[in-house]
Amino acid sequence: MGMTITEKILAKSAGKNKVMPGENVWLNVDVLMTHDVCGPPTFAIWKKEFGKKAKIWDKDKLVIFPDHYIFTKNIHANRNVELLREFAKEHQIENYYDVGTDRYKGVCHVALAEEGYNIPGTVLFGTDSHTCTSGAFGMFATGVGNTDAAFILGTGKIWEKVPESMKFTFHGKLPEYLTAKDLILQILGDITTDGATYRAMEFDGEAVYDLSMEERMTLTNMAIEAGGMNGIIAADEVTRAYVKQRNDQPYETFQSDSDAKYFKTYEYNVEEIQPLVAKPHSPDNRDNVKNVEGTALTKCYIGSCTGGKITDFRNAGKILFGRKVQVPTFIVPASTATAQQLEAEMINGATLKQIFDDAGCKIAESSCAACLGGPDDTFGRAVDKDVVISTTNRNFPGRMGSKKSEVYLASPLTVAASAITGVITDPRNFL
Amino acid sequence: MDKIIKGKAFVLGDNIDTDQIIPAEHLVYSLSDPEESKKYGQFALSGVPLAKSGLPEGGIPFIGLNNFESIFDIIIGGVNFGCGSSREHAPFALQKAGIKAVIAESYARIFYRNSVDGGFLIPYESFGRICDKIKTFDVLEIDLQKNILKNLSTDIKYNLKPLGNVLPIIEQGGIFEYARKSGMIL
Ligand code: SF4
Repeated sequence: MGMTITEKILAKSAGKNKVMPGENVWLNVDVLMTHDVCGPPTFAIWKKEFGKKAKIWDKDKLVIFPDHYIFTKNIHANRNVELLREFAKEHQIENYYDVGTDRYKGVCHVALAEEGYNIPGTVLFGTDSHTCTSGAFGMFATGVGNTDAAFILGTGKIWEKVPESMKFTFHGKLPEYLTAKDLILQILGDITTDGATYRAMEFDGEAVYDLSMEERMTLTNMAIEAGGMNGIIAADEVTRAYVKQRNDQPYETFQSDSDAKYFKTYEYNVEEIQPLVAKPHSPDNRDNVKNVEGTALTKCYIGSCTGGKITDFRNAGKILFGRKVQVPTFIVPASTATAQQLEAEMINGATLKQIFDDAGCKIAESSCAACLGGPDDTFGRAVDKDVVISTTNRNFPGRMGSKKSEVYLASPLTVAASAITGVITDPRNFL
Repeated sequence: MDKIIKGKAFVLGDNIDTDQIIPAEHLVYSLSDPEESKKYGQFALSGVPLAKSGLPEGGIPFIGLNNFESIFDIIIGGVNFGCGSSREHAPFALQKAGIKAVIAESYARIFYRNSVDGGFLIPYESFGRICDKIKTFDVLEIDLQKNILKNLSTDIKYNLKPLGNVLPIIEQGGIFEYARKSGMIL
């Protein structure tokens, strides 16, 4: 019997010819990523557990991005960044991207891709649940907590239960009113927030391979919203071209065998999918935008590793060009590279940044910002009974700040269309 | 490892995510400083909407105002307990608040791993749904050897799913102790 791409990568990492779902294996980790929220406690555990002999298994394989609580006056949050800085200095960590310097990159998952750490066939662990984003590059990537990360930091190894795989195939040609965000919301509504718990989510089909790397990352990013251990898309020419610009290390690509076994497979025709939202308070609370059209909003938010990539802003720019927003609209580029692109890319002679400025949006520096609420002074944070439509990935109670707020998740097209009218709006009205 | 865990139940519903267990604004405190880390106990489960806090009636705060520990010892949950972010602060906060075990219908993977590998609490799975059978304030007893939950308030017993191949890690109190005992690390 054949193997899935996830099984093949895990087998290679475990030094085995074959692995079976359910089997616990010890993996050799290629890259460990951490950030300002989980880095300091990870380093503290590593120091405590390994004692005087504490040694980083491979300094070149540790990557640190401050990104979560960066632009805040909160003293505890600032201390966390200070701790990262000290650690990076003490241990001479090359792959540290300090805030306040021109090395600063922004949100870790997007920066991992842009800085060339995502390599097909490899195994990446990160102290963040959305580490599954990197699976868009045909690699195994998943999130762990601080203790597991500290263990990896000292040994380069970690145990993992080989997941069963689920396969989601998207056929057809993506209509201009849909984005990858709609596709993943479609899946979430179908399988719910624990539909893929402890499983791999494999994405396939011509509509997926037509997507840019950024859009593919939106699919894999939200695998965790279904409980998935990892999301994965086999590498193709698009992947290879993206990687080639950033890293010249040789790598091996993997694909699922045609007789690989799946827990379940799903087939979709993208032409039949409607623009979608996830209503409060769960990412699987899916509905057609049409059914909630007219819901009054107090804020619109375009940002995060899910919805703050250049492709998201291209989509938003398409709709916002020459128009004005009716409600406060917050723009947070996921990475500093994305922020630069906003100033370089044009639609009809105007840069994306100009389009957003002219529309009356507020633009912030790259970081996680209000995607996870954060300290009181966080840009775009939901307060009191805000009703927000957002391109982010989670709308559990209080995720974007206030427990009383209501958050709708949607594509950048839908958020931009809603910003113009001040009520939830189908993007087809403006395309 | 204790063989019996006894204490008061605090009952929650489905999809208790890590933002409800410990809201993101509190993730800034030190986990290693004994005084400062008490704040994690203080704010444990503070993100749960009050109406859903302490079922079936709800409206029961998990922790009294300005307290650092809860009067409850065992959490009963529904499906997908601990979904959301990878923050290990979540099982840590529950442990700080005095929780010894969670019994839920199912868990999100990272929360489950963190609970086990960090040695914070025991994540038991129930057979089917028990969060609508047990009431907050019921007195429970878990027999860790027989994998049985007894509700002393109603005298009803429930079988729990055996902990399986994570049991050795739980018994050692976390992945580091486990790895040292088995000679993986020094
Ligand atoms: S942007 Fe949001 S989802 Fe992405 S890493 Fe930051 S907090 Fe997490």
